[in-house]
Amino acid sequence: MKAYDSVQASRAKGRPTALTYIANLIDGFVELHGDRRFGDDPAVVAGLGWLAGMPVTVIGIEKGSDTPDKVRRNFGSANPEGYRKALRQMKLAEKFRRPVLCLVDTSGAFCGIGAEERGQGQAIAENMYELMTLKTPVLSVVIGEGGSGGALALAVADEVWMLQDAYYSVISPEGAASILWKDAKRAKEAAESLRLTAKDLFEFGVIERIVDPADVKQKGMPSLKAALFEALSRYSALSDGELLEGRYAKFRKIGGTEA
Amino acid sequence: MLTRNLFRRPRNKLEDAGANSMARPEIPGQLYASCPNCKAMNPAEELSRHADVCPKCQHHFRVSARRRIALTADENTFQELWPTLRGVNPIAFPDYDKKLVSAREQSNEVEAVVVGECQIGGIPACLFAMEPSFMMGSMGTAVGEKIARLFEYALEKSLPVVGFCVSGGARMQEGILSLMQMAKTTGAVKRHSDAGNLYVAVLTDPTTGGVTASFAMEGDITISEPGALIGFAGPRVIEQTIRQKLAEGFQRAEFVLEKGFVDMICDRRDLTDRIAGLLKLHRREAQE
Repeated sequence: MKAYDSVQASRAKGRPTALTYIANLIDGFVELHGDRRFGDDPAVVAGLGWLAGMPVTVIGIEKGSDTPDKVRRNFGSANPEGYRKALRQMKLAEKFRRPVLCLVDTSGAFCGIGAEERGQGQAIAENMYELMTLKTPVLSVVIGEGGSGGALALAVADEVWMLQDAYYSVISPEGAASILWKDAKRAKEAAESLRLTAKDLFEFGVIERIVDPADVKQKGMPSLKAALFEALSRYSALSDGELLEGRYAKFRKIGGTEA
Repeated sequence: MLTRNLFRRPRNKLEDAGANSMARPEIPGQLYASCPNCKAMNPAEELSRHADVCPKCQHHFRVSARRRIALTADENTFQELWPTLRGVNPIAFPDYDKKLVSAREQSNEVEAVVVGECQIGGIPACLFAMEPSFMMGSMGTAVGEKIARLFEYALEKSLPVVGFCVSGGARMQEGILSLMQMAKTTGAVKRHSDAGNLYVAVLTDPTTGGVTASFAMEGDITISEPGALIGFAGPRVIEQTIRQKLAEGFQRAEFVLEKGFVDMICDRRDLTDRIAGLLKLHRREAQE
């Protein structure tokens, strides 16, 4: 599979969104709204439920189903209040030492006037800052688009998984192409250069597991559910110190420098 | 998290020339420097006395990492750490090797940040200063590594960190590895903070993208220089997204102060005293 095929597959119509995953993986999902600061961002869905009998917090970036829903959810581009809503749920999860499952699917954090006025950069920074030492297991799955900082704000986790046909990148291939060659149409080339596929990221040690797209086409997503349950159970058994040391080390070692 | 397209293009040729002449006040023998804002010709010696702020219109010239350190650290106290640590081309990005060579020639630095230990107003502190003429201070793996190491070093020695940010964000040419530096630096800042150490972040023009969305916005105290562009998305990206023109002053330091995301704006000529005063307030002995 070529890099740009993953990009297109990630954006394809009818691809399972965060709510599809929640419907399949989580029993008795209770959605919880609002950031208690400004508002409720429909681009972020958050709540509680059962994963194979384990109480979990689930936070997903939701692109929407039909056109009105997509518009309402800003096509999955979150505003600062979306990230702060996620943070509120993360802190609640920590309080009850409930594992957190994040479902990432965004072309990027929203680039708008209001987003800047309300501190988009600060909101993303704060999520990473708190996630780094959140005393409960966190697992993130990039289910579609992993658009830069807007994705990373929900992906500072003990493990990051990725659909085999998803992408995760510092910049969109279109953005890279327009900077490099002043031509967004050369996105295909840029996608190859950016090394943004699941396979690339696995090789770089950025992600721990590649999820087979066939696994999420089955009703109930049984193999993904079992894998998530196993991983979250494993991290739940660790002490706070072991958990946070491992999370720090995971990101600390990512580099590519010489002395 | 773009790199170069996050900043506005120079509005005219004069400004363009001004941007390129940012190192001018430091070059001996260069007698005058033109202000990119008011176009006044400033004698280099006078400009230097004003910490590279135009005495006529108060425009803050963009300054190099070395100049920043000279303006901030007490004389002869700065000890650079990991001076040779450099980025490679970890994802074999086309033409990046060439770009690194020219960035090194242009900036006289091996990477886009200089880090070390010094004294500020007689108080020991760790210091980082980003280098705007090195690929617009963009953060790749070397920048991330140096910043993370500095915070770890400061944690080990219980020292405060003062950091001067100037950056277009994460460096596109190192792909996902650049993005991960946001998490890596954040982790180191958090550990340093959790141990009760002070971090003063100084945001200078421009601070955008993945740097804004990580260590630039994680200070205990955040200071900005007047007029600095501070934001997540760059103005042109926002204009393209919302298809409308942005108001004058949008994302400038004064706007960001009004919105509540920086603690204060400080003229560069007062900045070192201000930082020294803050360090003094946080001295552990002062609390005993």
